[in-house]
Amino acid sequence: MSWEIDYLALLPEIVVAVTILAVLSLDLFLPRRLKYWTATVAVLGVTLAAIPLIVIWAGDARASMFDGSFVVDDFALVLKGLFLVAGYITLLMSVSYVESDRYYQGEYYLLLLCSILGSMVMASSRDLIVLFIGLELTTGPLFMLAGWRKGDIRSNEASLKYFILGVLSTAILLWGMSMLFGVTGAVQFGEISVAVDTIMAGDPDMQPLLGLAIMFMLVGFGFKVSAVPFHFWAPDTYEGAPTPVTAYLSVSSKAAGFVALFTVVYLAVPGAVTFWGPALWALAALSMTVANLAALRQSNVVRLLAYSSIAQAGFMLVPFAGAAVSGRDKLGEGLQATVIYLMIYALMNLGAFAAVIVAARRTGTAELAGWAGLGRRDPRLAVLMAIFFFSLAGIPPLAGWFAKFVMFQSVISSGGLAGGVLAVIAAINAVIAFYYYARIAKTIWFESPPEGAETFEDAPAGSLVWVLGVAAVVTILVGVLPDISGFFGRATQVLVEAAGG
Amino acid sequence: MTVTPGWYMTLAAVLFAIGLLGILVRRNALIMFMCVELMLNAVNLTFVAAGRALGLIDGQVSVFFVLVVAAAEVVIGLAIIVAVFRQRSSASVDELSGLSG
Repeated sequence: MSWEIDYLALLPEIVVAVTILAVLSLDLFLPRRLKYWTATVAVLGVTLAAIPLIVIWAGDARASMFDGSFVVDDFALVLKGLFLVAGYITLLMSVSYVESDRYYQGEYYLLLLCSILGSMVMASSRDLIVLFIGLELTTGPLFMLAGWRKGDIRSNEASLKYFILGVLSTAILLWGMSMLFGVTGAVQFGEISVAVDTIMAGDPDMQPLLGLAIMFMLVGFGFKVSAVPFHFWAPDTYEGAPTPVTAYLSVSSKAAGFVALFTVVYLAVPGAVTFWGPALWALAALSMTVANLAALRQSNVVRLLAYSSIAQAGFMLVPFAGAAVSGRDKLGEGLQATVIYLMIYALMNLGAFAAVIVAARRTGTAELAGWAGLGRRDPRLAVLMAIFFFSLAGIPPLAGWFAKFVMFQSVISSGGLAGGVLAVIAAINAVIAFYYYARIAKTIWFESPPEGAETFEDAPAGSLVWVLGVAAVVTILVGVLPDISGFFGRATQVLVEAAGG
Repeated sequence: MTVTPGWYMTLAAVLFAIGLLGILVRRNALIMFMCVELMLNAVNLTFVAAGRALGLIDGQVSVFFVLVVAAAEVVIGLAIIVAVFRQRSSASVDELSGLSG
């Protein structure tokens, strides 16, 4: 047992935690006219936290603390980087949103930072308890952020639906965890994995209970990543919540759920792949198909993006699920493709949401019909929007194309009939998805503005322009030079070695 | 007749089922929330019983964490329910149907 604490490895989390305390105290003591400093400190803190992260990454010091429950390896570092970048972008998107409210609310940044801290802890967790704490710290503040507009009944509704389903999923997930603990007698992933292998090899009495434990946990995670058929809260919550929070929900909170799912199934119960492989396959196929068909008939762009993000979650699962149904030895490769997809999706989706925020402010509506002719009214914004939506659709040379390419390559090379069928379902869905993304572009560019359409001339805030610029540059760069993202995929190699694959 | 840990786990399973059923049939947000608490306590009972049966302290430790998180969730949940109640003077989830499609 090693109980030594490596403070350098913990520094990114420590910086974020200190920032949380700083924002809390600043909000208490600053006079109202100086409250904008809470936003500045929050953004600074998240930026500062990236420095130790890069230092650890550049060095070769990797740490395993608290008896292997908290691990800082390449996989954790890359995901922490993703969570920090997504948090940074969301904070910047939120600044103008919070400022436009009746009075300044520093708690917003406090809650968002708590959620970022939770997701970072989760990336390092290799233990059921730490994983649970991280996951709850990620989602807990989001229940409140979803209901941020307290006077708006739609925001209240979004928050209440998210909350009830969120705690229900937590209870189901915990039930699975408690059964897994009862069956294996361990909470640490490495020890669980050994016990699961023993049970699968020669203890048929315990197998049904183990299968049940895994199924309960999958249902819990299914809610967290809003995979069909556990997705029904997502569109309502996404539409009612403030748009920057929606962006965060659809990227960071979803990514956190995925990371939890992958670390559990891949590190804790890989021996029982025959139980969870087909379940993941079904989740992937259903998520893509149902969400894409539902997205076809949406008229509200935020709601459309909600369904699109459910469908994208299905695409993300495809390589891993395809590998899972064809055997344990293929899992590592599938996981790499999935992580690459997750990274690319995060950036292009945040960009799409930033563009939607700007467009909604320009036109005063989030209904697609109100955006007709935006290409003539604001060509620069319309070009950016086309970039993000076509990237989500997977058109070369944008980043989303490479994500889809990796996905198909992985699922086809994993072989087997089930993997092949999944690839076909994914291909059909990619075409359906292209239709509704292209419909947005068509409305913006080729339709004339509605009668009496107003264009609000106020320029978007500098922070939003910066976010849009960065996301667009990265989206194009990754598409043109895909090697950049292969580098992220290689980080999962560490996880593959940890699982002994 | 001795009461073995298996009995406690059965009781936990029953509590969990009652909680889940409550969520499905009741429409008052407060009651639904209480049902979730019941499910969380069923989880706690399983953890304790399993920990006792296996002679491991991890089960009891997990319960502390679950308790603390459940307490935090109570705070968040009641705040949200109060916010809804101020708008609607009702805590029924059926009346919250502004968002759909």
